[in-house]
Amino acid sequence: MKIVVMVKEVPDTYGTRTLDLGTGLSERLRSEPVLDEIGERAIEAALAYRERGHNAEIIVVSMGPRTTTATLQKALAMGADSAVHIVDDALIGADLLLTAEVLASAVRKIGDVDLVLAGDQSSDGSAGIVPAMMSELLGWPNATGLSSLSLTDSALTGMRVSDSANVSIEADLPAVASITETFPEARFPTFAGIIAAKRKSVAKWSLAEMGWVPATEVARSIMVDVSARPARIAGTTIHDSGDAGTQLARFLIEKGLV
Amino acid sequence: MGSTILVQAEVSPAGIFAASTARLLAMAESVGEPVLLVVARPGTCAAVAQSAGSVGARRVLVVEYEGSTGQLTVPTVDALAIACAHVAPDAVLIANSLDGREAAGRLAARIGAAVAVDAVGVERDEEGIVARHSVYGGAYSVASAATFGPLVVTVRHGALDAQVESVKQPDVELLTAAPSGTRAARVTRVELDDTTSARPDLRGAARVVSGGRGLGSAASFALVEELADELDAAVGASRAAVDAGFAAPSQQVGQTGASVSPQLYLALGISGAVQHRAGMQTAGTIVAVNKDPDAPIFEIADFGVVGDLFAVVPQLIAELRARRN
Repeated sequence: MKIVVMVKEVPDTYGTRTLDLGTGLSERLRSEPVLDEIGERAIEAALAYRERGHNAEIIVVSMGPRTTTATLQKALAMGADSAVHIVDDALIGADLLLTAEVLASAVRKIGDVDLVLAGDQSSDGSAGIVPAMMSELLGWPNATGLSSLSLTDSALTGMRVSDSANVSIEADLPAVASITETFPEARFPTFAGIIAAKRKSVAKWSLAEMGWVPATEVARSIMVDVSARPARIAGTTIHDSGDAGTQLARFLIEKGLV
Repeated sequence: MGSTILVQAEVSPAGIFAASTARLLAMAESVGEPVLLVVARPGTCAAVAQSAGSVGARRVLVVEYEGSTGQLTVPTVDALAIACAHVAPDAVLIANSLDGREAAGRLAARIGAAVAVDAVGVERDEEGIVARHSVYGGAYSVASAATFGPLVVTVRHGALDAQVESVKQPDVELLTAAPSGTRAARVTRVELDDTTSARPDLRGAARVVSGGRGLGSAASFALVEELADELDAAVGASRAAVDAGFAAPSQQVGQTGASVSPQLYLALGISGAVQHRAGMQTAGTIVAVNKDPDAPIFEIADFGVVGDLFAVVPQLIAELRARRN
């Protein structure tokens, strides 16, 4: 079983995340770049599958800025076999479809992939759409939004939690699967894992090295306006001296909210 | 030609149009001529058309899908692709649910269209449709557009409150979709979510009452529900409350849960971590009750109460009941 796990470098959600008002791009360096937690859970799911005694090659793939190479070290230290970092200035500000096209193309270049595994939604862009786009581009089933996943050599089954129902699904491999944060948290890399990761390498691919030719008949999404909303300002704060509930009721009534 | 907006109807497993459908039609109406797309089983066209009128559709495109409906995402995308070829829309509006997002993604990839995810509004300028997004928990407003062709837009729940008037006799057109043959996952079993209650849906609710760690126990969390029912509000929770088992994961508001934009958001016993605020700070009015005067939630609250929520909230409920009677 050859498993490609898609991961993403994101600004740490514990810091303040900002957009550059000139370019509309995320100011990634304003807060520490980290491996997105949901992607780490996807790596964990792949490692757990292998540890149950199955034969699996686990390749981590990410498209991102130069700093991603370092971020991917953690995936290797966790136990992934190899990593691919797609990095190219032509991809700065890439929209969702271009991202999916490049990632699908990387999956094809890796070859003989049985399963693409990803988190359902990144913590920064949070579009939650790239895995579905990749499945369309690859012509594979999307087994996405899964809260559980089991694999055989030729198929997968899982539970998909949609807005109104829990849906059991099955799909023949190769397929694209995405997992939700109900999956177990990722392990911390062990010391041995960190040492072992030093012997593994992160392959850096440019678009030219991938042999990637941009499609011309495909529309792109462009940002036409970016503005910072005025920060919310604190209103009235009262300290309860026995009638705060009454005062709160009055506030809600006066504002026409009840 | 030229100003058609295709709206994907969101139909519940029970066959009822979701509230989002009326909202999407109203949003489409503001920038063009809405056409409602309904994917239906063969032979159900007439019934579907009738109920489509009740959510305000004037023009309905029913695609009777001949393939297996037990497939995930692909049948909807096949129908969307056929409908796009048929009406050449300026934009396609789809609810930003899991199913909706993924149909939008596959559609955009299939027809080579630009996609705008989780829009809170749509506008029209001289070059076409522009989607408006609220980014990083409402800290930024971003507008996006397609370089050419239709813009596929998924629309955040509750982003628009307007309703359109019911239409008695919608104009209905029937299309037949041959399956594309794209490989799909198979649905083997559907269990309706039994946590669905009489309360409004969290994502689209006009009012949300959320509880946090300050509630202290699952039993005490009932106070949140009691206030929610008094206000006809949805019940939300912070991640801390969900992790502690006070509330269900589906009730989580925040970066990793639901993003909500209600008119009124009441945060009870919630400190207001960045992750929580990212999911609620675009609310119209924010009210916070917390015993810690330094809780960050007070920085964004329009009305804050520093105090014991177990004293403040029962008093609030009593006041609201007294007023109603």
